[in-house]
Amino acid sequence: MSDPAAAIVRARGVAKSYDSGRIPVLHEVDLTVAAGELVALWGASGSGKSTLLHLLGGLDVPDRGELEVCGLDPRREADRLTLRRRELGFVFQLHHLIPDLTVEENLRVPALAAGRPSRETGLRLRELAAQVGLAHRLSHRIQDLSGGERQRTAICRALMNRPRLLLADEPTGSLDERNGEVVFALLRDLAARHGLTVLLATHERRFAEACHRIIRVRDGRLDEIAA
Amino acid sequence: MSLPPESPANPWRVYALVFTNLRRHRWRALIGMAGISFGVAAMLTILAIISGAIGMFQRILSSDSHYLVFERNVSDLFFSSVTSAQVAALRARPDVAEAHPVLFGLVSAPGHPVVTCFGIEATDPRLGRAQWLAGERAGFGARAGEIFLGSRAAEFLGARLGAELAIGRGTFRVAGILRTENGFEDGGVFLPLPEAQAFFHRAGAASVVTVKLRDERTGGAFKVAVEAADAGLMALENREFNSTYTSFRILNFTGWAVGVCAFALGGLSVANTMLLSVFSRIREIAILRVCGFSRAQVAGLIFGEAAAVAALGVVVGCALGAALLAVLERVPQFNGYVQARVDPAVLAGIVATAFITAAGGAIYPARFASRIEPAEAMRYE
Repeated sequence: MSDPAAAIVRARGVAKSYDSGRIPVLHEVDLTVAAGELVALWGASGSGKSTLLHLLGGLDVPDRGELEVCGLDPRREADRLTLRRRELGFVFQLHHLIPDLTVEENLRVPALAAGRPSRETGLRLRELAAQVGLAHRLSHRIQDLSGGERQRTAICRALMNRPRLLLADEPTGSLDERNGEVVFALLRDLAARHGLTVLLATHERRFAEACHRIIRVRDGRLDEIAA
Repeated sequence: MSLPPESPANPWRVYALVFTNLRRHRWRALIGMAGISFGVAAMLTILAIISGAIGMFQRILSSDSHYLVFERNVSDLFFSSVTSAQVAALRARPDVAEAHPVLFGLVSAPGHPVVTCFGIEATDPRLGRAQWLAGERAGFGARAGEIFLGSRAAEFLGARLGAELAIGRGTFRVAGILRTENGFEDGGVFLPLPEAQAFFHRAGAASVVTVKLRDERTGGAFKVAVEAADAGLMALENREFNSTYTSFRILNFTGWAVGVCAFALGGLSVANTMLLSVFSRIREIAILRVCGFSRAQVAGLIFGEAAAVAALGVVVGCALGAALLAVLERVPQFNGYVQARVDPAVLAGIVATAFITAAGGAIYPARFASRIEPAEAMRYE
């Protein structure tokens, strides 16, 4: 378990259910993640991995429990905005890029939300696109990209505002084996290069085993099985 | 990792997406824009025609004068009756330079059931200002049984100088054809006042008296004195008359009412378009929220798109309206009665109405969009 003092993510007794409590998803979850860690949330589909990431990213609110992410409380609207604009990046199983827009336009979206200057945004997106091998695809529309390219674009978008924490929800789940490996390697490489903390939700053991820590998620409960 | 170097955030930068979104959903944007542009064109056309008509009527009344004197408490000037004794009393006032009685009436001619008739004296300044195409001003009122035609009236009545013209139950000889700048006058017929009074069975009566003062600054005293001397009369400064005359107000109100109805349809079109746009972009809006857009920014985007649609609609609508007015002014069947006048204040009102309509139409879609919960939207899509 990481040092709580250097923790970038802290969750205490977090519970979440749906349908007015009839479908419990997370049961009194505790989690601490230190800055710079690459942590796998490993579990089967429906085990609660995505819900935990959504709670940490402020996309949803817990029924009870305490949360602290990058020193902010994702249960509060104002903190959620700061988190999404400055501290957090999301990568989903489906790329969730905006169709009809070009790669560059998609990458500009987070910078627009944060009101960053256009020139600075242009430099940043070119830097990231070069790092993931998409420099030649910036003017291409999303529907013209392959699955792997779309997911690499989604990773770049998550990093546009220089976040400290990356929440990756099955980022390889919709890719074939080779592209999945490429994307995971890229994530790991970018995390190391940018000093990112990464929480990776995955059901694939090979990717979980390549992380610094593995936390198994089963029936809404967390169980650290390897560090 | 340390926090990135911060550049000053510009919250307006987000609205760059407005134009990107309009480009992406161009057909939807065009439909919304069409709704607004039809509203603008309809309102512009109706109000410009009404303003033009009112303007023409005002110019008839205010022909080289400062004040209008007419019978108190009449619903329309056609029913006003100022007697020759009252005209004489006005002329006798030391502060009055000129007073010209005018009798309005409607006459019918073969194939033209409604033609405006002006009964005026030979000294009326409008005869002097007109361009005489046939006949002479000096002949006006010189002989009985003669009529004088505006040039448009001569055209649509197919009358020439010296022709016999059946007007109502009488027949008149055309003794002159004159061109005036005013569409109503140009499409009307002129009779010498006594002839008109006899024709309309209103012996000794005029509808209004246009009064030119020796010194316009004495107008206030003139008004008070006239109304004190004769309780049956009312004197209004031309400007004052324009703003209080019931017929003008009804016309204006009708114009705005019809225009606002047209806009209401435009607003529904915008609401429909924006709502459809939001419903088809639920997941996309969820992504924007994940990427850091606040609820206000999402709502702002929707309002921004509606405003951009309205701006385009205003431009296209103004062009459509101007084209329509240009066509209407040239349609011979209107006998020159359409003389559009676009008042800048009215234009500003139309533009404001367009934006208010678009904003009104965007309220519900924007509210809906701002309330989209990202996790929920992405879970179910």
